[in-house]
Amino acid sequence: MTFLNFLISGISLGSIYAIIALGYTMVYGIAKMLNFAHGDVIMVGAYICFYAISRFELPPLVGILLAMIVCMLLGIIIERLAYKPLRSAPSLAVLITAIGVSYFLQNAALLLWTPNPKVFPSVVGDGKVELFGGQLTISHVTIVTIVACVAIMIFLTVFTESTKMGKAMRACSEDKGAAQLMGINVNATISITFAIGSGLAAIAGALLCSAYPTLIPTTGSMPGIKAFTAAVFGGIGSIPGALLGGLLLGVIEIFAKAYISTQLSDAIVFAVLIIVLLVKPAGLLGKQIREKV
Amino acid sequence: MKKIKWSKTTGKNTMTYGLVILAYVVLQLFGAAGLMSSSLKGMLIPICAYVAMAISLNLTVGVLGELSLGHAGFMSVGAFCGTSTAILLQNAVPSAPLRLAISLVMGALFAAVVGFLIGIPVLRLRGDYLAIVTLAFGEIIKSIFNNLYLGVDSHGLHVSLLSDRTNLAEGGSLIIGGPMGIGGIQKIATFTAGFVLIMVTLVVVFNLVNSRAGRAIMAIRDNRIAAESIGLNITKYKMMAFVTSAALAGAAGALFAMNYSTVVANKFDFNTSILVLVFVVLGGQGNMLGSIIAAAALTILPEALREYADYRMLVYAIILILVMLATNNPTLKSWLDRLKSGRRKAKEAI
Repeated sequence: MTFLNFLISGISLGSIYAIIALGYTMVYGIAKMLNFAHGDVIMVGAYICFYAISRFELPPLVGILLAMIVCMLLGIIIERLAYKPLRSAPSLAVLITAIGVSYFLQNAALLLWTPNPKVFPSVVGDGKVELFGGQLTISHVTIVTIVACVAIMIFLTVFTESTKMGKAMRACSEDKGAAQLMGINVNATISITFAIGSGLAAIAGALLCSAYPTLIPTTGSMPGIKAFTAAVFGGIGSIPGALLGGLLLGVIEIFAKAYISTQLSDAIVFAVLIIVLLVKPAGLLGKQIREKV
Repeated sequence: MKKIKWSKTTGKNTMTYGLVILAYVVLQLFGAAGLMSSSLKGMLIPICAYVAMAISLNLTVGVLGELSLGHAGFMSVGAFCGTSTAILLQNAVPSAPLRLAISLVMGALFAAVVGFLIGIPVLRLRGDYLAIVTLAFGEIIKSIFNNLYLGVDSHGLHVSLLSDRTNLAEGGSLIIGGPMGIGGIQKIATFTAGFVLIMVTLVVVFNLVNSRAGRAIMAIRDNRIAAESIGLNITKYKMMAFVTSAALAGAAGALFAMNYSTVVANKFDFNTSILVLVFVVLGGQGNMLGSIIAAAALTILPEALREYADYRMLVYAIILILVMLATNNPTLKSWLDRLKSGRRKAKEAI
């Protein structure tokens, strides 16, 4: 039973990573850039949600929606101001700009919301479900997280496969020039991708802080790095890959904490990543691109 | 008499050496004349360490052309191994400069070994995947040093992981105390040592870049397939650049650590790796003088912005973004170029 307990908390943590990783992967797929500021968008989303729920006493769902809207706008603004002017620049320049944006968001949060940790109220209450006569307890947060992850996954798959916008996204990620010739508005498509990614980050922020309730301006950075790892793990640019990578990473992290060592759990997660990349250099579900000579 | 060939690179390299020496002399004179503020004086050694870090990372990023996000890991290895050596030799080698030199060499050696071990898997990968694996190794190194215990007593060295099981005999002392890191370090690092380290780093990097091996490394960067087809051993040359870069970072880490009384593993995290990467990209990939200037300027910048107190890191972030936009945006760039050529034309007209 303890094994099952760990497995469920692993899947729950993994679902959060997966939601963040989906944002990374979508942005990477279309803009071919590692958006290091993504982790800080999570933090902004969590703060907005926190203020909406605790200060203005809005219902949690409204709080999350508000956080999503703010983060989507933030994502579009960041893309327009910082990344769009660099679209033809070398990838390292864009990477450093993303890091600059990350510093900016963290320090702006530090000024706006002070470094004092905030206790985040759970968006779904503290209830839990007991199974097998109390041997297996699953908190509501866990259930909601997993359900949200699955729902987002289905939504994204349907969206990218069958809507016009989703098709435009896939076209842009394959060849921007050709997409433009076919009459696709590339700029708008990229903006919408950033908006979706940032909206997902807001949901992830609310769920993350419901499970781990301390909120500080650097809350987003470590989950951000882990989710980035998860995206690479599953094969960056692939949506099912991000889900698989996130879930595996969460489960491995919880198992490493439970059975091997709490302090070395991060090291073990990263070691697994290295081994996977050695066997499959493009991640679990990534496409291996043949080089043409 | 044989005429010495004065190529463009030699000129540029000489200028770099010259400027570093000039900066050293000027700063020493300022220090002697008492014109330097104490906060700047305290920053001289970290600046030297960061400059050496930036030059060494530029070897990986600029010359080899691979993105490394875990350079602070090598700095950490150098810092811990170098400082431990210094503590162990405290009685055996009474002369501080000699002890410092041995420690830096030991830091570099250990970092080189770790660099070699990491290089075997890392250099098989490409692009963003390589970057993420270096990030992973950086985090692993941090976790290990956070849980490493090293003690010394009359029986020799004792090492344990996770918890303190060194069981030291009486009179023994714990050198590395897990998350507490190394405490009670004698601050033997000096500005002169930092200057020497920068010069050594420059000599090593310039000589590597201007050698047959260096040209091979750059050929691999520019076109891997073409380089392979003319028979270059890709792994060997990549490894050469990577290990050299790691060793130099290790020496810089040892110098950095011995400027403080305590050193903890969390100091060398992902943010430190990123910080050094920012120096390299801002200074220009493959441009060592640029790295030096960027490292020095960006280390001083947060201090110089101190009067803005809370806003200084915000300003730092904005400056970073604006500089990247100004140097890489095609419209802004062409505008700047036009401005430059316009001025030149105006001069010619006069």
